[in-house]
Amino acid sequence: MLTKRIIPCLDIRDGRTVKGVNFENIRDAGDPVELGALYAHEGADELVFLDITATNEKRKTLSELVNRISHKINIPFTVGGGISSVDDVRVLLNNGADKISVNTAAYKDPSLVERLANEFGSQCVVLAIDTKQEEDGEWYVYLNGGRVKTDTKCSEWAAKAVEMGAGEILLTSMNHDGTKKGFALDITRKLADALPVPIIASGGGGTMEHFTDVFENGKADAALAASIFHYGEIAIPELKKFLRAKNIAVRH
Amino acid sequence: MASSANNKQDIVIIKYNAGNIQSVLYAFERIGVSAEVSDDHDRIRNAGKVVFPGVGEASSAMNYLRERGLDQLIKDLKQPVLGICLGMQLMCAHTEENDTTCLGIFGENVKLFKPGPNKEKVPQIGWNNIFHLKTDLFNGVPEQSYIYSVHSFYASEGSETIATADYIHPYSAALHKANFYGVQFHPEKSAAVGEQILKNFFAIDPEPLQRTASR
Repeated sequence: MLTKRIIPCLDIRDGRTVKGVNFENIRDAGDPVELGALYAHEGADELVFLDITATNEKRKTLSELVNRISHKINIPFTVGGGISSVDDVRVLLNNGADKISVNTAAYKDPSLVERLANEFGSQCVVLAIDTKQEEDGEWYVYLNGGRVKTDTKCSEWAAKAVEMGAGEILLTSMNHDGTKKGFALDITRKLADALPVPIIASGGGGTMEHFTDVFENGKADAALAASIFHYGEIAIPELKKFLRAKNIAVRH
Repeated sequence: MASSANNKQDIVIIKYNAGNIQSVLYAFERIGVSAEVSDDHDRIRNAGKVVFPGVGEASSAMNYLRERGLDQLIKDLKQPVLGICLGMQLMCAHTEENDTTCLGIFGENVKLFKPGPNKEKVPQIGWNNIFHLKTDLFNGVPEQSYIYSVHSFYASEGSETIATADYIHPYSAALHKANFYGVQFHPEKSAAVGEQILKNFFAIDPEPLQRTASR
């Protein structure tokens, strides 16, 4: 049976993990390769590395990092952050990335999604959407790491991107991100019901019950989280044991 | 003839217009096996073992192989050959993906997943179990082990099936005929289970296979 996926996300700046990390069994938790390998060993199903390096000069650092990751890690991983061209993606895939995620650049030029899908296949094109529910109750697309609001509804952009070739949607609710009060179940479920591709829910996971909720009620195919894993608040083996006890299919 | 001709320790990964070739190369490196990526006919023909990887679209991949004569070369290989994902599908008779005639090494046909009443997503992306495991390729791999897959098309079950998985319905997770093996999933991304399968492929003794093939 196809299982639900648990995906730790590592933020990278200048080749190092950003968020403070609390681990005993690791020499250098600031090294994305070491931390990623630890998560893989603990049973993470995939990894996402999100590069938040501000400058283009540091791009080479990223491709070198991806090469080191792919030599060391034996599960699939996605690389995102500032990707805006077919050439950017080619370099990352040639260095061993399995998938890439695009966000702002794809919104500004949706043909990017189509060109990436044609060149490399939909299976490696993840569309990341940052979305926020406004007072009118609608979910809108935000750009540039959540700093720029658009008038486009999340569900409309997601449907268009899938039509253009996106193979998965990584959906982050800005209302929930960082709150640890649970994932955005309604918009996650809306996209999961409407679209033929997997939905990765992100933002708000704080307890193991939240993961049960997002899989059962949110209909998510995968759930992504960062700080709860980095700070050791939830360990992946215990989370999977918990989900199995709730009859949710997970890899073990 | 190259000195590597009788060295069954060397693995050549066929280079063509498909993704995941680097990933397969790095996966062999992780298990301590040095592999080489090549599209050179002599190099492939003389390799101890050959891996035929692939993520991509079937018809353009077949055209690429035909233009370079790699289609006939692969069919004529006598050493152990492992097709991965699209590589396995191209070793079948035919695929529904753009109505493409494939290499015909395996008798199975490749079809598109059609979502059932549960509105399953296509492609299947993620970890699923394999069972009814046969042949040395799965030595030390427990029944119901989890493997990572990404695919919209599948080979149905038949006499060449050596592993089954279930998505919407049962399908061939792996095929075997004579010296040819194919896996629908990605051993290079399937954690420890995948590494065991790659080690098993590396350990396959080509001699008995060749006798089988020449019958």
